[in-house]
Amino acid sequence: MKTLEDLKRVREEAIKAMKVREGEQRVKVTVAMGTCGIAAGARETMSALLDELSKRGITDVTVTQTGCKGLCEQEPLVEVTIAGSDTVSYGKIDAEKARRIVAEHIVNGHVVGDYVITR
Amino acid sequence: MEVTKVTNEQKLPRIERSHVLVCAGAACVASGAEEIQRRLEARIQELGLNTEVAVYGTGCVGTCDLGPVLIVYPEGTFYVKLKPQDVDEIAEEHLLKGRVVQRLLPRDPSRHEIPTISEHPFFAKQVRIALRNLGVINPESIEEYIAVGGYAALEKALTMTPEEVIKMVSDSGLRGRGGAGFPTGRKWAFARNVQADQKYVIINADEGDPGAFMDRSILEGDPHSVIEGLAIAAYAIGATQGYAYVRAEYPLAISRLQTAIDQAREFGLLGKGIFGKLDFDLEIRKGAGAFVCGEETALMHSIEGKRGEPRPKPPFPAVSGLWGKPTIINNVETLANIPPIIEKGPYWYSSFGTETSKGTKVFALAGNINNTGLIEVPFGTTLREVVYEIGGGIPGGKEFKAAQTGGPSGGCIPKELLDIPLDYESLAQAGSIVGSGGLIIMDEDTCMVDVARFFLEFTVDESCGQCTPCREGTKRMLEILTRITHGEGTLQDIEKLETLAASISRTSLCQLGITAPNPVLSTLRYFRDEYIAHVVEKRCPAKVCRALIRYEIVPEHCKGCTLCAKFCPTHAIRGERREVHTIDPELCIKCGECLARCNVGAVIKV
Repeated sequence: MKTLEDLKRVREEAIKAMKVREGEQRVKVTVAMGTCGIAAGARETMSALLDELSKRGITDVTVTQTGCKGLCEQEPLVEVTIAGSDTVSYGKIDAEKARRIVAEHIVNGHVVGDYVITR
Repeated sequence: MEVTKVTNEQKLPRIERSHVLVCAGAACVASGAEEIQRRLEARIQELGLNTEVAVYGTGCVGTCDLGPVLIVYPEGTFYVKLKPQDVDEIAEEHLLKGRVVQRLLPRDPSRHEIPTISEHPFFAKQVRIALRNLGVINPESIEEYIAVGGYAALEKALTMTPEEVIKMVSDSGLRGRGGAGFPTGRKWAFARNVQADQKYVIINADEGDPGAFMDRSILEGDPHSVIEGLAIAAYAIGATQGYAYVRAEYPLAISRLQTAIDQAREFGLLGKGIFGKLDFDLEIRKGAGAFVCGEETALMHSIEGKRGEPRPKPPFPAVSGLWGKPTIINNVETLANIPPIIEKGPYWYSSFGTETSKGTKVFALAGNINNTGLIEVPFGTTLREVVYEIGGGIPGGKEFKAAQTGGPSGGCIPKELLDIPLDYESLAQAGSIVGSGGLIIMDEDTCMVDVARFFLEFTVDESCGQCTPCREGTKRMLEILTRITHGEGTLQDIEKLETLAASISRTSLCQLGITAPNPVLSTLRYFRDEYIAHVVEKRCPAKVCRALIRYEIVPEHCKGCTLCAKFCPTHAIRGERREVHTIDPELCIKCGECLARCNVGAVIKV
C-alpha cells in the first residue's frame, strides 16, 4: 500500500460487499416467499434479482423477503419501494421479468407498467 | 482510449442480500458458536441460499450471558441463546421465507420480544469507540476493516508531523486504559524527545485482572485497529519495530492477531515503505501468564527472555526500555482508541466523558447481574445506570450490595454510592480505581471479608517474590483474613491489617504490591461492621464463611421426605421416613447440599 488511492480502491470494493449491513437503502425490493411464492418460482425470481444487481454493481438496494401476502394467485410477487415514492407491486414475476424490473425501475426509475398489480 | 466493457466475466464483488454475523468471541465459542456457524452454513448450502446469504464470524458482541448469538442483516435481527437445532429454523424461516423466528429473540423485562439489536437496552446507553467494530465486521478480513474506514487514520497521521500526531492524542485527553491512567500523549512525547538509534513500541495484552476480558475481546474482534493504533504510535515516537505481548492463555486472540499481521504485511500496511513514508513491523511475543508481567518493566524483561520481574523506575521505559532503548507500552484498549481520535479529531473524543476523564471506557460486567458482558460507556456514567439499565439489575430480585472495580488493585463501592460517576477521580476518591475495567457486581449474599480474602489470595499467588513487603506482607495479611473468616480473629487483627496495608503500599517495588492492600482497605472502609461481626460476634452476616454458619432443619416444616439425608455426602442427617430429620453438627461439612435439595424450605442457614 503506497498511496491513499490504493487504500481508497480497496475500501470502495469492500464497501460494496458490506452495504447490506447498513439496513435501509435507497431502494427496497421485497420478494414474497410464502409457500405459495416459493411454489410459483420465487426462488428463481430472487436469484435473478440478486444476480442482476450484482452484475450491474448496484449496492444501494436492500433485497428482502416476506411471507404470503394473500394474493397467492399473483405469485411470485415483487414489491419495489424507492425512497420517497409509493410502493409498486408486481405480480407473476419470473426470472426474466425480474431482470427487466432491475433495469427499468431500479436503474432508470420507470415503473414497468405491464407487470403492475397496484400502485 | 480503450473503453472497458462490463461483462459477466469481469470480477465484481458478489453482492449478497443478507449477511449473518455469528459472534465468535471466546464466550460464545465456548458455548458452541462454531458448531452453530458450521450448521448454519451447511443449511444455507442445502437450501441453495449460498450465493445470496453470507455467514461470517465477528468479534464479541458483548452480551456474553445470551450466547451463542447471531445477527441477521439488513434487518439487524438479534437471535440469542442458540442451540444447534435452532439454526435450521433460522435458515428455513428467516433466511428463506423472511419470517423472523420470534421465540429466539431476546426479551425485555416485561417479556416482550426485542426485534433488532439496536433496540436492545444493553446497547442503548453505550458509546462504542474502542469496541466500534466488534459485532460489525469479520475480524479475519482486512478488507472489511478497510471498508469501515480502517487504516485511513494511519494514512492521515503520516501526512502530519509526529509532533502534530502527539498533540492530537494529548488534546483528546486519552489516558492509559490498562490501569494506571497515565496521559497517553505525554507518554509518547517523552519517548519522542529522547534521541536514540532504535526505539520500540509494545502492545500490552497481558490482561490479568480476574473477570476482565476487554483486551482479549478487542484482539479477537478487531485486531487491525490495535495494529493501526500501534503503527501511529511508532510513527509518533520514531520506532520501527513493535511487539505485541499477549498471554499464551489467549490462543484465539493470538491467532486472529497473527492473521491480521500477515494480512497487513501482504497489503503493505506493515513492513517497509507504508504509504511511502513509514518503515514499521510487528511481532507477537507470548507471555506465560504471570500477572506481574502486565507491569511494564516486568513485561519488557519477559520479552528480553529474562525473568518477568519488575525493576524500580526511573528510568522510565520511554527513556530506557526494551534492550535499553526508548520504548512505549500501550494497552490494547488505549491503542484501539487511537485511529478514531486521529480520524475524527481530539475534540470529538474529548466531547465524551467528564472534565478530567475524557472519552469512553470498556467495562467487563460480571458477577450477580442479569446482563453480564462487555460494555463501553462514556466516563461519568453512573454505577446505577450500568447496573440497572445496561446490566438489567440483580438476578432473583436480590439487593445490590457492592461493586468491585479495578480487580485486585481496586476496591469495593457500596450501595450508598450507587450514583457515583464512573471516572478516574470519583473512583479514586471512593478508595477504588478504574483499573483495567473489571466490574464485579455483588448481591446481598456476598461476604465482604471473603471478597477481600479472595483478591488477596490472588495477589499472594501472583507476587513475583522479589521485594519483601509484597512477598511477605501480603501473605501475613492473607493469614489474618483467613483467621477472621474462620472465626478466630481479634480486634487487634483488624488494626494489624491496617498497619500492614499502609507499609506494604509505601514500600513495595511495583504497582502490584503498592495496590495489593486496596481490596482490604476499601472493604474495611465501607463494611467494617462485617469484619467486627466476624471477630466479636463470631458471625458472618452474609452467611458465607463456613466456620461461622450452621445448617438446621426447622421441625415445623420438615415433612420427612428423606431427600436431604439421601444426598448428604457425610451422612450427617438422621431421621425416619415421614418424621422430622435432624443434622448432626459434628458430621456436617456445611456443603449446602441439603439446602439445595429440600423442596419445602425446611433447611435453613443460621
